[in-house]
Amino acid sequence: MEALSFDLARDTVRQVNQRLHAGGAELSGREVRIFNPDGAHNIAVGLNAPVHVTVYGHAGYYAAGMNCHASVLIEGSASTGVAENMMSGRVHVKGFASNAAGASAHGGLLVIEGDAGLRCGISLKGGDIVVGGSVGSFSGFMAQAGRIVICGDAGDALGDSLYEAVIYVQGTIASLGADARIEPLGDADITAVRELLAAAGLNHDANHFKRVASARSLYHWNADAEQEY
Amino acid sequence: MCGIVGLLLKKAALHGQLGELMVPMLIGMTDRGPDSAGMAVFTSPLPQARRKVSLYSALTDQGAGYDWQRLIDDLNDDLHLHAGVIIKANHAVITFDGAVAPVTTWIKAHAPKLHALSAGRTMDVYKDIGKPAQVAERYAFTQLTGSHLVGHTRMATESAVTPDRAHPFTAGEDFCLVHNGSLSNPNAVRRMLEPLGIRFDTDNDTEAACRFLEWRLREGDSLPTALQRGFEALDGFYTFLIGTPVELALIRDPFACKPAVVAETDDYVAIASEFRSLAHLPGVKHAHVFEPAPERVYIWKR
Repeated sequence: MEALSFDLARDTVRQVNQRLHAGGAELSGREVRIFNPDGAHNIAVGLNAPVHVTVYGHAGYYAAGMNCHASVLIEGSASTGVAENMMSGRVHVKGFASNAAGASAHGGLLVIEGDAGLRCGISLKGGDIVVGGSVGSFSGFMAQAGRIVICGDAGDALGDSLYEAVIYVQGTIASLGADARIEPLGDADITAVRELLAAAGLNHDANHFKRVASARSLYHWNADAEQEY
Repeated sequence: MCGIVGLLLKKAALHGQLGELMVPMLIGMTDRGPDSAGMAVFTSPLPQARRKVSLYSALTDQGAGYDWQRLIDDLNDDLHLHAGVIIKANHAVITFDGAVAPVTTWIKAHAPKLHALSAGRTMDVYKDIGKPAQVAERYAFTQLTGSHLVGHTRMATESAVTPDRAHPFTAGEDFCLVHNGSLSNPNAVRRMLEPLGIRFDTDNDTEAACRFLEWRLREGDSLPTALQRGFEALDGFYTFLIGTPVELALIRDPFACKPAVVAETDDYVAIASEFRSLAHLPGVKHAHVFEPAPERVYIWKR
């Protein structure tokens, strides 16, 4: 089937998104090309069909947010909130991503080949994130479920107030957040990291990653703890 | 919310296009800052002994019809100067031999409603309320030439929408700053600076940052040292762009609460709050595009 092409130098984001939302079954498996994104906000948000979207350039805020079923490839960088609240499918950023990448994603896979900014995977709820580069401070903050694989380094307060999401880091960690701790890397972890790296198309040795998970000491109120701050 | 833009042209041959390249950058940030806009542009320096002062007349009773020639005649008579003036709408740039202080003191005494926008040898400042496109047209921004500039589009949160509270803010000579964000301790900074004899023009939070950094430079800090001290002294959310005659600098707060993106080629360094303000620049598709890190000092030299 012929690819569906849009040019944001001519079409509005609203036209593109409405076309993709209205497509339904007719769009299944279809190639969609979006040219001249030029940093526009909300490109390909709320998709709900197994389409293959390629964005040829740099995307603005909230690209591919709330994604369901679709596979979105961004050839350039992505600004704040890429793939936020993704439900399923795949979002792949070839360049860097700004703050809050994959925030509160419930499912699907977010791949960022470059660096991610601060608060990557904040409040993650079951999605997977693989970052080829490094992540900024407060990444994985309050992440509840899902996995974050960081091939580079992590900034300050990694995994602060972490719930049951697990973070794997290959490089250095500037500091761990409250209640986050480094745990031994088990066979299941190595398998998980290997599979996620393979899915992301990144070539690293899964044995070289550290596992960061919750110490679960914040799960329950401790009446004996020092209460003065 | 606000928008910031910065542009430094690396080749002298391009200096004539500074305004043309910048105007779409500024207009691209209209959504982030629709209430006011401003620009500080760095031109070839005046001779060592000459100075210029940018003035704004819209707060006077005559507004844009201000009688600049009469002001200059009186100024020249009283201070025995040969000052010249270039008028653009409600702005005028007065150029003269000698120190700045006697001239600005005289203006304050004789025309208290005129607002001094900047002083120095290289920097001209234009700022006003209105949409960025209107402000750009009012002062013919496309015709601006020079080596670098910083610009701003404002959506006011911390003080009223007035021309003097628009950005860029300036302090001393040839120093300016634009700000996206909000400071939480501007009054503490102000209480520290005022006993040192540093005077404020407005109640705007950004002015505190501008005067703090210019004070540090005057006290002998290098620009990197002054900006490093800024991380300690200035609390709040910010992406700052700072201009001096030879430098364009950027810092972001440790939480990177406010955005910034940089595109660099062999010809230019361009900075904006968002990439959509850079997308029109020639060669940007092959530029090195990156997001500056929080709490790190970035300085580009002309």
